[in-house]
Amino acid sequence: MPILTVDGKTVEVPAGANVLQACEAAGVEIPRFCYHERLSIAGNCRMCLVEQEKAPKPIASCAMPAADNMVIKTNTPLVRKARRGVMEFLLINHPLDCPICDQGGECDLQDQAMAYGFDHSRYQENKRAVSEKYMGPLIKTTMTRCIQCTRCVRFATEVAGVEEIGAIGRGETMEITTYLNQAVTSNLSGNVIDLCPVGALTSKPYAFAARPWELKKTESIDVHDALGSAIRVDARGAGVLRILPRLNDDVNEEWISDKTRFAVDGLAKRRLDRPYVRVNGKLQPASWDEAFAAIGAALSSTPAAKVAALAGDLADAEAIKALKDLMTAIGSTSTDCRIDGAKLDASVRASYLFNSGLAGIEEADALLLIGSDPSAEAAVLNARIRKRWLKGGFKVAAIGPKVDLTYKAEFLADGSEVRNGLVAGEGFGAVLKAAAKPMIIVGQGALAREDGDAVLGFARRLAEATGVVKDGWNGFNVLHTAASRVGALDLGFVPGEGGLSTADVEAGKADFVWLLGVDEIDMTNLKAPFVVYQGSHGDAGAHVADVILPGAAYTEKSGTYVNTEGRVQRTKRAVFPPGDAREDWAILRAFSDRVGKKLPYDSLAQLRAKMVEQVPHLGQIDAVTPAAWAAFGGEGEISPAPLSYAVENFYLTNPIARASATMAECVAVKQETACGCGHSHGATGTHG
Amino acid sequence: MLQDKDRIFTNLYGFEDWSLPAAKMRGDWDGTAEIISKGPDWIINEMKASGLRGRGGAGFPTGMKWSFMPKQSDGRPSYLVVNADESEPGTCKDRDIIRHDPQKLIEGCLIAGFAMRAVAAYIYIRGEFIQERRRLQAAVDQAYEAGLIGKNAAGSGYDFDVFVHHGAGAYICGEETALIQSLEGKKGQPRLKPPFPAGVGVWGCPTTVNNVESIAVAPTILRRGGAWFAGLGRPNNTGTKVFCISGHVNKPCNVEEEMGIPLKDLIEKHCGGVRGGWDNLLAVIPGGSSVPMLPKAICDEVLMDFDSLRAQRSGLGTAAVIVMDKSTDLIKAIARLAKFYKHESCGQCTPCREGTGWMWRVMERMVQGKAEIEEIDTLLEVTTQIEGHTICALGDAAAWPIQGLFRHFRPVVEQRIADYKARTASRAVAAE
Repeated sequence: MPILTVDGKTVEVPAGANVLQACEAAGVEIPRFCYHERLSIAGNCRMCLVEQEKAPKPIASCAMPAADNMVIKTNTPLVRKARRGVMEFLLINHPLDCPICDQGGECDLQDQAMAYGFDHSRYQENKRAVSEKYMGPLIKTTMTRCIQCTRCVRFATEVAGVEEIGAIGRGETMEITTYLNQAVTSNLSGNVIDLCPVGALTSKPYAFAARPWELKKTESIDVHDALGSAIRVDARGAGVLRILPRLNDDVNEEWISDKTRFAVDGLAKRRLDRPYVRVNGKLQPASWDEAFAAIGAALSSTPAAKVAALAGDLADAEAIKALKDLMTAIGSTSTDCRIDGAKLDASVRASYLFNSGLAGIEEADALLLIGSDPSAEAAVLNARIRKRWLKGGFKVAAIGPKVDLTYKAEFLADGSEVRNGLVAGEGFGAVLKAAAKPMIIVGQGALAREDGDAVLGFARRLAEATGVVKDGWNGFNVLHTAASRVGALDLGFVPGEGGLSTADVEAGKADFVWLLGVDEIDMTNLKAPFVVYQGSHGDAGAHVADVILPGAAYTEKSGTYVNTEGRVQRTKRAVFPPGDAREDWAILRAFSDRVGKKLPYDSLAQLRAKMVEQVPHLGQIDAVTPAAWAAFGGEGEISPAPLSYAVENFYLTNPIARASATMAECVAVKQETACGCGHSHGATGTHG
Repeated sequence: MLQDKDRIFTNLYGFEDWSLPAAKMRGDWDGTAEIISKGPDWIINEMKASGLRGRGGAGFPTGMKWSFMPKQSDGRPSYLVVNADESEPGTCKDRDIIRHDPQKLIEGCLIAGFAMRAVAAYIYIRGEFIQERRRLQAAVDQAYEAGLIGKNAAGSGYDFDVFVHHGAGAYICGEETALIQSLEGKKGQPRLKPPFPAGVGVWGCPTTVNNVESIAVAPTILRRGGAWFAGLGRPNNTGTKVFCISGHVNKPCNVEEEMGIPLKDLIEKHCGGVRGGWDNLLAVIPGGSSVPMLPKAICDEVLMDFDSLRAQRSGLGTAAVIVMDKSTDLIKAIARLAKFYKHESCGQCTPCREGTGWMWRVMERMVQGKAEIEEIDTLLEVTTQIEGHTICALGDAAAWPIQGLFRHFRPVVEQRIADYKARTASRAVAAE
């Protein structure tokens, strides 16, 4: 723990800290462009120069390790001159286009120019111009504005794990570009926009949309995957314009996936903004009254045993609780949240949680992925695994089709011999056994199959046999793909005694089906039953619906979500739902009254109180309640069919993303890049 | 003046054969095993006693540099890297050593490598040196064949490999950490220090980077004793040095001379004097393009060594003496150097990337006189904004020549500007 003096103030910093961090500890802010806490140190912007006593030259505080007895001065003429000098150099070739730059108002260069800039330019020559670079459909480039801090290069190389952004040329002609001007393939590419301290890399879909000071900023939680990344929703008027990450070291550090960030335009498209009732085979706009009347009539003519309700991937816990209560009041036990058919066991909480916690990855020293491709299912989590892998002493193996995970993984053969061998401690089983903190991640692809129960049982036996679960460490992890899933399982939204499951509903065994934002199931047999679709988007579920009840999307309500590790978090309302759309719990509450099964709560607060009464840990916001280990999973045979992954197309996993034009473009570009022929497969004019 | 008996590079001019047998005749590889048998500490102490300062330009004591290497390995091997990326304008000494006396370098690699407990030496040779690379490789092959390097090198019982690696012609790769980056196959950009190469160098292993000349003189120093070397030159500036004299002299040449020789002697005795006589001298850049120039008045008296030149606010650098007589347009000469540094800046850190281009553009205008008088001070301030604010010394190197010009010849530039103003003003009048 070095002790040093900063501007006459003595500070003690942790070993390994740099001078810049020591200065921050002393309450002195150091201007910087290239330095970023989560990236390697480049030391190239030279903005953070400070004076060190007895050093012949000013030192770059980001690159200098803090040492005992250092005397640092940050407010001397030498330091001020150095910073002014660097600022002047940065500005001589930086265009004066702040009024048309999307970074304006949240630009590091602009801010620091206020502190260290001149009021005029001494540079008489022509400014440098840099040709535009193509970085894909998400990242807009204006490379003339680039100050060559290389944050984007370091992010792509280190965090995203794709060596696709780099600097070519040298001296003044150094330019940042992607490899052969191709789109960046990472699912985390949007983060370079946040990292860019100037307006060189900005958001393409958000281009010229708004100024930061016009936006209402709401801190919320993401629902596009099961991580529950911390986000900030920026809205103007009724429209959500963009989504940015917030810091949460336990969950997403400060990254979010491209889907989280860019599917935002899907919130304004294909929205259900009024109730609909199917009349003579056609959906007709209706009032809430008419819609409720239609549902009530259908419900009263259906025996309770034939009434089923399914909860979709984006449903909040409050809506799930209300739907569950409604079904109970009707007398139906047919509720299911495992719409992908995953054989999850709601009775043992440890069987469906990411027990080690997302941050637990940093402690782990061996990892086995079973039917999980984290790069598509939870891109931010994948970056964390890569971060752990980069530190060394971390072996990774996977059972499943070969994919590029951005870190080295041994893809094990899929088969009963290999599985039995693993349990017996052979092959990678020995690695797990030898590890101090081994970890298993089970994906939904491994569980969403006929023999999913047996796969889960195998995973448990393997975990127990190889020390993945032991005193003080539980490395048995289930990685979900749906934000709603853990909350729904906690609330017991699974078939009760004699209840119908998702598969039964898909088989057409129910006569009345309530779909709470369910679009991903097989709808072919749902034409005959009476289907109520309650949700935000006109997606697959709405197409088969007899009555549509317009619900609120995640940015339009305060909803509780439990992420894959069991962390209870809440979204906040950033904007109001469009048209007649309402919060889902309120729709259910209103309907219940209509059919004489009035749910016992009149406000969200009362609903939450009931919910916490049923499941106490749902009241502990931002906390993870550990789950007790118990037996779960089946002993049955696992079929020889190889495991597959849950997410086929990262960009199109939910109705919001499917409504997003940006996501559609990403899919098109990805197909083009994957083809590798270098030709454009875009619109040709005769492409149909 | 250096006596022939004290000359180290006896085949500097290539009058004799470069190959191994001839080199042995000149005394190379004589008793190498015996030197090695005295142990690393003896070698380093002897080098320290010789007072040899690094010949690459910075003048850091070589023995001390070697002593920074870890005495006990922590499992990582140590490496010696020889900087043969000789790209400093005006400098051509390493080239002649490699061409005509390569065995001196190879023997030096073994001895220096042994002293710093290195397992191998990498000689990073400049990309443009095609013939030199072939010659050096041939010399290394001969040494391997004769068992002088490789397993049980020169019968010393020490295993040591020498590899020749060629660069792609970037000046910045002569900076030791950029050289290491390039050697690793990365983009040649200087690294941040600390950590220093002696701790974390090539492939993360302890490394010492030395100039060709520093390594090549080591065997002779150890054979003849540090005291002999220290007896030449002046205190703290000992030994002999290869000077490269180019420009407006009658016979440009490389010559090995004693440190501290008066500049005037160097030019008069070895180069046939300044073109048109000593009084026709305008200025001299005494140590390669990076150091500030000196006007004739200083050149009359100054001694050629580290400390004397530093006292004149210049430097010995690589001892590449660039002589400019009165026909020289000094502003143009410095503008050309400014263009060189702008071209060779790696672009990594801000002051150098942006500043070198700025300085060059202003200098180009000043060549014509198309500038305001106040811009001189702006330009000088820009040089101080670059100097000392960069990761490596290229920023300093780009700033110093311009500072040297204005320190000694500011009136020349001011006159140029005034002339241009007068010319354009009279043209404006004529146009009316």
